[in-house]
Amino acid sequence: MSFTINLTVNGVNHKDEIDTRVLLVDYLREKLELTGTHVGCDTSSCGACTIHIDGKAIKSCTMFAVQADGADVTTIEGMCQNGELHPIQEGFKEEHGLQCGFCTPGMIMTAADLLKNNSDPSEEEIRCGLDGNFCRCTGYQNIVKAVQYAADKG
Amino acid sequence: MGNLIGKAVKRVEDNRFIKGEGNYTDDFNMKNQAVGIYVRSPHAHAKINSIDISYAEQMNGVVKVFTGKDIAEAGIVGSICGWQVDFKNGDTMKEPGHPILVADKVRHVGDAVALVIAEDKYIARDAAELIEIDYDILDAVVDPKAAVDDGAPQVHDDVPNNKIYEWEIGDKESTDTAFENAHHVTSLSFHNQKLVPNAIEPRAALGYYDSNEDKYTLYTTSQNPHLARLIIAAFVLSIPEHKLRVISPDVGGGFGSKIFAYNDECGILWASKQIGRPIKWTADRSEAFITDCHGRDHVTDAKLALDADGKIIGLRTKTYAAMGAYLSNFSTCVPSYLHGTLMQGLYTTPAVHVDVTAVVTHTVPVDAYRGAGRPEATYSIERLVETAAREIGMDPAEFRKRNFIPAFDGVNQPGYQTQVALQYDSGDYEGALDKALEVSDYEDLKAQREKARSDGKLMGIGFSTYIEACGIAPSAVVGSLGARVGLYDAASIRVHPTGKVTIHSGAHSHGQGHETTFAQVVADAFGIGMEDVNVVHGDTENVPFGMGTYGSRSLAVCGSAIMKSVEKVKEKGARIAAHKLECSPDDLEFANGSWNVKGTDKSVGFGDVALTAYVPHDYPDGEEPGLDFASFYDPANFVYPFGTHICVVEIDKDTGEVEIVKYVAVDDCGNIINPMIVEGQVHGGIAQGVGQALYEGAVYDDSGQLLNGTMLDYTMPRADNFPMFDTDHTVTPCPHNPLGVKGIGEAGTIASTPAVVNAVIDALSDYGVKDLQMPLTPQRVWKAMNNNGKL
Repeated sequence: MSFTINLTVNGVNHKDEIDTRVLLVDYLREKLELTGTHVGCDTSSCGACTIHIDGKAIKSCTMFAVQADGADVTTIEGMCQNGELHPIQEGFKEEHGLQCGFCTPGMIMTAADLLKNNSDPSEEEIRCGLDGNFCRCTGYQNIVKAVQYAADKG
Repeated sequence: MGNLIGKAVKRVEDNRFIKGEGNYTDDFNMKNQAVGIYVRSPHAHAKINSIDISYAEQMNGVVKVFTGKDIAEAGIVGSICGWQVDFKNGDTMKEPGHPILVADKVRHVGDAVALVIAEDKYIARDAAELIEIDYDILDAVVDPKAAVDDGAPQVHDDVPNNKIYEWEIGDKESTDTAFENAHHVTSLSFHNQKLVPNAIEPRAALGYYDSNEDKYTLYTTSQNPHLARLIIAAFVLSIPEHKLRVISPDVGGGFGSKIFAYNDECGILWASKQIGRPIKWTADRSEAFITDCHGRDHVTDAKLALDADGKIIGLRTKTYAAMGAYLSNFSTCVPSYLHGTLMQGLYTTPAVHVDVTAVVTHTVPVDAYRGAGRPEATYSIERLVETAAREIGMDPAEFRKRNFIPAFDGVNQPGYQTQVALQYDSGDYEGALDKALEVSDYEDLKAQREKARSDGKLMGIGFSTYIEACGIAPSAVVGSLGARVGLYDAASIRVHPTGKVTIHSGAHSHGQGHETTFAQVVADAFGIGMEDVNVVHGDTENVPFGMGTYGSRSLAVCGSAIMKSVEKVKEKGARIAAHKLECSPDDLEFANGSWNVKGTDKSVGFGDVALTAYVPHDYPDGEEPGLDFASFYDPANFVYPFGTHICVVEIDKDTGEVEIVKYVAVDDCGNIINPMIVEGQVHGGIAQGVGQALYEGAVYDDSGQLLNGTMLDYTMPRADNFPMFDTDHTVTPCPHNPLGVKGIGEAGTIASTPAVVNAVIDALSDYGVKDLQMPLTPQRVWKAMNNNGKL
């Protein structure tokens, strides 16, 4: 069964007829070729697929694309503005917040949501805010520092 | 310019990753591509009576369904074991085969029985559901020690008592004597539990066969594309190597699990030729849990013998090491040569004996996982050492100092020959411990612990003083020990006409930061900028035949190959410069990006020489044009990083939950190229080792079902499980490689697990708790406290 969806992704309007069972992450990766959003677990556990829907961080591997009908979606590809890195992206580079880079887009999207709701988080608040996202490389320390960097930059 | 070595240069590869523009295997697509899905056994051990694929084949959108019968008819075998470890009585290692698709009997949950190719993955999954397989379920064995019992279920008919080999190292007789003469014996028994690597990127493959060129291409998630090509072409599919290109693009973490040439990737490549279309396969996480090689799974009895002065006089271990159901590529060397040879640790122990029985069980195959054998060895040693110190009432730091090998630099003092084959290159073990005591303010920590105890709180301090052998390895040595490959690496340096440089690296970066570190080394060597150097890796058609990245070897082995090429460039460049300066090459020295005539102000720059090499109008007689050299480097020895980790924990008496409140790591990896990257490797390593100590472990029931086969069920460390780690280092250069480097990728994982467990046992010492099995879950800790009835 298919359904026509209208949505905005990174400021661009899309209208597509899609099978109702297609996951949002598959729609983004395969139909729109926005491969920056990754799939790590299929169970909402790892957070690699985190995007923003109407400004809120959402795990796109456990949401159907049709559920995003009418939504304003931002993916990692939409975080740079006018060629300028988002402060969180900058923080990840400056603080060595990534190694293999696979969890990084999801971490950045989660951290952006965190800072939107709490512009001056404590270390503990950052760690708790990121605990829906797995990183297997960094031990999280420099990810925490990356978020602190972005917070300090305000 | 210059002086980049030792600087915390920001990583050049980060730009693409932070923008979501990395290129991982699943990000690639090809025209007319189909999708493959493996149908896997839900049973650990079962006879296959029949497989009915007729409904699946008829489904719209299904291209083809393959079963084990097709594989058998094609005459291809499965992936191979790359290291032969024979029985100590001289019998040959048992080596059961593993077809890409199994036709008669499944031997672990996840064993592949069919491959469905369809237009998209949704259709492929639907079709997979329509395949009817009739199984007779058989008894399974999952415990490594129970597997050798008479009457235990047999995994393979041609592996009696499930024994792959029985192996030993060290001197049994002198060790027996040491224990007979011991003043005190410390004994512990562990299950170094089975771990699931869980790189966040699942394995994937995109295979393509070009009939016009009779050539295969495989994009895959490999830590070592040349090794993958060698195994797949020469041993699995029997195709000429020059007819297979393996591309390993950005890879989302490996930790050992992506070293291996798995059957799954081979099957996709083979099937792509059969259907005449590219095929993509990407594992989902549940599939990763039951197909990615697991780590550890050692059941060990360990004993330490002491004399009356608290000196270690003997160490003995007996281990049953699970291989899982089949032998993965390097499974057999992990519990033997990567484990037994480390068992002296950094102590003067005069008598060591290690006995290992490698067994098959009805579980997911086991192979190298971050540390690979060395964490298991270090866990045995460091748990024994700390327990022994506690038993004889000596401070664990003092006990270690009493038993350390004295400092040696490997230059003025020779390397240290252990009782278990290895010769350590250089080390100052007490120096690292002293620094850790200072950084942690150990005296203050002890006072805090005393106060906590008097306040009725549970606080513990745990040590781990480790050594590891990495930078694997001298080919002749490993060859004599059964390795079926060489373990050199290779790199080429192409200086372009404008004096810019491309490094082609045999090592592959999947998080380690080679694109930055290697560029730092070469930019410094030539006196040019980071921006003048780029690093190419991960494509067998574009990089020389290197053996890839694992065992903390990239800088020590591939970095040395890079330095060999640097020297070749400099030697040839000097001849060209001498021609331009009308002097002898012997009159020149290279500094600050120029060849300078000694004692004069005459010089010619690196860029000028490069241009001359490619526009050789006025050129030395007989000199070839160009400035482009490849080098292979076969190391003279392993490298031996070491260090001291100190962990401080607090335990919640009501829940048994362990909190790490302080963690100090002092590591010595020789010279450091990029301290930021080294520190990052230590952080990640600590986290993975803590994962084993406190959270992780594959749980099987008696029928061989993996009970925690998703990230919802398998607990891994999250951001709020850690404090900020305090990292520091000492520097004892490696005496036998050009950069003086030792490797740091695995150190944190090797060191941290026993440090954490030692800290927890210390915290529980008032309860009389001597040992607990990992992971130290709140339930286990709470039970240990309450069973002793002191709360």
